[in-house]
Amino acid sequence: MSTSRLRWVIPAAVVPVLVLLAYGFRTDPREIPSPLLGRPAAAFSLTTFAGTPVSLEGLRGKVVMLNFWASWCVPACYEEAPALERTWRAYKDKGVMVVGVDIQDKEEAARQFLARFGHSFPNAPDPTGRVSVDYGVYGVPETFFIDRTGRVRFKQVGALTDEIARSHLDVLLKEPS
Amino acid sequence: MIPELGYGATVAAFVLALWGAVAAAMSARTGRAALLRSGERAAVGAWVLITACIALMLYAFLTFDFSVQYVAVNTNRGTPFYYRITALWGALEGSIVLWSWMLSIYTLIVVVQYRRRQPELYPWVLSVMLGILAFFLLVMTIPAPPFERLTPIPADGRGLNPLLQDSGMITHPVALYLGFTGFTVPFAFAMAALVVGRTGEEWITITRRWTIIAWYFLSLGLLIGGWWSCHVLGWGGYWAWDPVENAAFMPWLTGTAFLHSVMIQERRSMLKLWNLALIILTFGLTIFGTFLTRSGIIGSVHSFTQGSIGVFFLGFLALVLLGSFSLLASRIERLRAEGVLDSVVTRESMFLLNNLFLVAATFTVFFGTVFPLLSEAVRGVKISVGAPFFNLVNIPVFLALLFLMGVGPLIAWRRASGANLKRNFLKPVVAGLVAAGTLRALGVANGLVLTAMALVVFVAGTIALDLFRAVRARRRSGDDWGAATWGLLLRQNRRYGGFIVHLGILVISLGVAGSQAWSVQKEVTLDRGQSMELAGYQVRFDGLSGSEESNHAKVTGTFTVTNGRAGGDVLHPAKKFYPQEQTPIAAVDYRLGFFEDIYLVLGDFASDGSHATVKLQVNRMVSWLWLGGLVLTLGAALAILPDARRPA
Amino acid sequence: MTRGLAGAAAAVALVAVVGWATAAPPPAAAPPAPAATKVDEQIAHDVASQLRCVVCQSLSVADSPSETASQMRAIIRDRLAAGDSPEQVRAYFVEKYGDWILLSPPKSGFTLLVWVLPFVGLGIGLVLVAVVVRRWSRAPRAATPSQLDPAVRERIRRELSEMDKS
Repeated sequence: MSTSRLRWVIPAAVVPVLVLLAYGFRTDPREIPSPLLGRPAAAFSLTTFAGTPVSLEGLRGKVVMLNFWASWCVPACYEEAPALERTWRAYKDKGVMVVGVDIQDKEEAARQFLARFGHSFPNAPDPTGRVSVDYGVYGVPETFFIDRTGRVRFKQVGALTDEIARSHLDVLLKEPS
Repeated sequence: MIPELGYGATVAAFVLALWGAVAAAMSARTGRAALLRSGERAAVGAWVLITACIALMLYAFLTFDFSVQYVAVNTNRGTPFYYRITALWGALEGSIVLWSWMLSIYTLIVVVQYRRRQPELYPWVLSVMLGILAFFLLVMTIPAPPFERLTPIPADGRGLNPLLQDSGMITHPVALYLGFTGFTVPFAFAMAALVVGRTGEEWITITRRWTIIAWYFLSLGLLIGGWWSCHVLGWGGYWAWDPVENAAFMPWLTGTAFLHSVMIQERRSMLKLWNLALIILTFGLTIFGTFLTRSGIIGSVHSFTQGSIGVFFLGFLALVLLGSFSLLASRIERLRAEGVLDSVVTRESMFLLNNLFLVAATFTVFFGTVFPLLSEAVRGVKISVGAPFFNLVNIPVFLALLFLMGVGPLIAWRRASGANLKRNFLKPVVAGLVAAGTLRALGVANGLVLTAMALVVFVAGTIALDLFRAVRARRRSGDDWGAATWGLLLRQNRRYGGFIVHLGILVISLGVAGSQAWSVQKEVTLDRGQSMELAGYQVRFDGLSGSEESNHAKVTGTFTVTNGRAGGDVLHPAKKFYPQEQTPIAAVDYRLGFFEDIYLVLGDFASDGSHATVKLQVNRMVSWLWLGGLVLTLGAALAILPDARRPA
Repeated sequence: MTRGLAGAAAAVALVAVVGWATAAPPPAAAPPAPAATKVDEQIAHDVASQLRCVVCQSLSVADSPSETASQMRAIIRDRLAAGDSPEQVRAYFVEKYGDWILLSPPKSGFTLLVWVLPFVGLGIGLVLVAVVVRRWSRAPRAATPSQLDPAVRERIRRELSEMDKS
């Protein structure tokens, strides 16, 4: 067997592996694309910390910003909390509903969190985790933008900012029901 | 002060190591001894400076010097004394310091051992080792400097990762790194042998002990990691096929293959090309392992961080693999096999099969680990490759390896005859089948366990038979059984050290098979005073209590466990709340037994202690893994003893 | 002899296949669940062990000590109790999280590659080993004295194995 050229197969075989590993720098293993985008959002029916019921059905026709948070989620949930409240105040009369879902939390800690940021939009605990699994939540904070027809359109993983919220909401508000 | 001093020492060490590598290489090409001496002095200097770095860092830890960022991130005023020392290697930057220090020590040992004994190979070996050391020092200088200054100086630090505050985590990285860095020496000798053209058995004979020691520490590191996983992580399992676990397992697999295949080259002058490729692969996999842990390209419970450090490691990996394989390719004519076989069933072919299975397992683990990356690159879809895949694909290979472990050592070199086979294997095969049959009769239906048991008894039988016959032969010269056995073990320590290592692997295999087949678990929410039952154990929830430790708050559950046979035992699984962590850390409580361990993991609980969720796990045969590790230690120790006939 | 190697390889393969065929995902030998739960704990555990915990990345939902996994286990039990089959429960999780939530990639399409390649590689390797061994044994044989006194042969063997340090 002619080894003169064939021998260089040995080092050459290493190259595709190195290329694949280099590709790995462009990906983030912690970011999982959501299969829910474009699909109808899962129904939920929860009781807020104030004792009132809130459900997705009751919000049909509005654009819904569904935010998953927890009091132990430091620092991201604390960073985005003021932005959530600001967004709510700016958009509540434009047909937008902001709903917060608190997961895997203790009630006192959650109430303290809410009191600290003075959230005026409804927040409800999800004691069994059913809603968070229904939305494929794998970390906090995560925010889902649901259009008027009840479809999930955008998912924000990580802390929300005013700009991101605004840009998504403006797009969805332009659409008819 | 300390940050600046430390940084200075790091840079100086890097310059010295780099100079030493160049000087040693130049001395080999020009023959000027002065350059070689200069390289040696550089090696000593690098070691001194790295030791100084470690001393500075330890001083900073012990004096709560939070001006050093590494100290501030990894300890706080509540961190216990001994953890402040082990925090040195608890995070990324410190781990590189430890690695560099070990490399520098190994380099010094190489200097002392070989400067007179191997004048032709030695300069190149020194050059390669200093070059590798220089790389790690470069990492310490640019992407991961341990001596970053933190301003303003905080009043208190963040604290050591609670998962690392455990005895297993003190020893696991040390053992693992001793293993990884240990393989640098055979690799350096392989490179030297290629450059110089001395591609015979020499470099293998010289590095034989290094290989065994490195292999042993790698095995130990993996076992300690399994122990830690079992007892600290809270899931009661010892191996999850996590990408970083795989990354440490792969060099172990190829290292084991290398350990065996070099014996063929030593005796028969065959497989020269293969052995060189195997040590390059093994060393490359150790670098790949550190790359994977630190680059963050594959998500893992172990991953330290992301950032530019990954680029450095990938670059180095590329340099090492492309460089050494190209060197190998260019010298390929010198690597012809010299021996011949007289039949096809020989020990050589058994060793080849051994290598095939080990490398196949390596390929499988590698492919499974990077496949999510490949899938994303090709299809843009994220998928997972987890334990079910690795278990399914690797089990047949490991069973085959068990079989070879029994067959290999007793088939003759060069040719085997039917009589030889029958003589050596008939009784052990029968013993294996009888063992499996007995188990079956006792009610064990799990095919995996039956097969594993049959193989284990078969292999143990071959070892016992060989030992018995050899001791009996020795006895003819007048010794009693004890002296004959002892004398035999010492005289042929390589062979019997290897056999004892095999026995250790057998014990571990039994542990793995048993725990896979027979472990059970159950999770229940209990009210106070209520009990749950599993596998003959009753667990009663008695209450909760809270406490404040030096650096965390703790909620401890009290559970009384009875199993009808002995009296009750009280276990205290807890949940620890560290201020710097987002979610609480579970502290498992357990009782170990020869055949059975029980674990209790505290889950969710009500603040008033009225009820709590607890998971009881009854693991069978897990203790055999640790016992096997002990046997392994004895075998490795025997194998590296100096030869009885010639000086070491 | 080729027959000898074939015999050895066949024995190895037989062992491997038997071990593999009987080593389907090892179900823990759990005792039957007490009558209180309608759902077979074993089935729930099986489903949970095929799903990946989203928090502790390499562990299954069955093994993971995290609270998320605990909630998922409860959801699995509830769905099974409500009449879903294990496949339907798995499909539910895939619908919410994507294929990524499965610990084992599906055995179809592109991901079939990861299941098949290891065995293909092993097969190719076995062929290579056979080729190499034949090449080594095809070399012209040195004249081996076939008629040797058995006692002498035994002594030689013993001395050779003495020299054989491993």
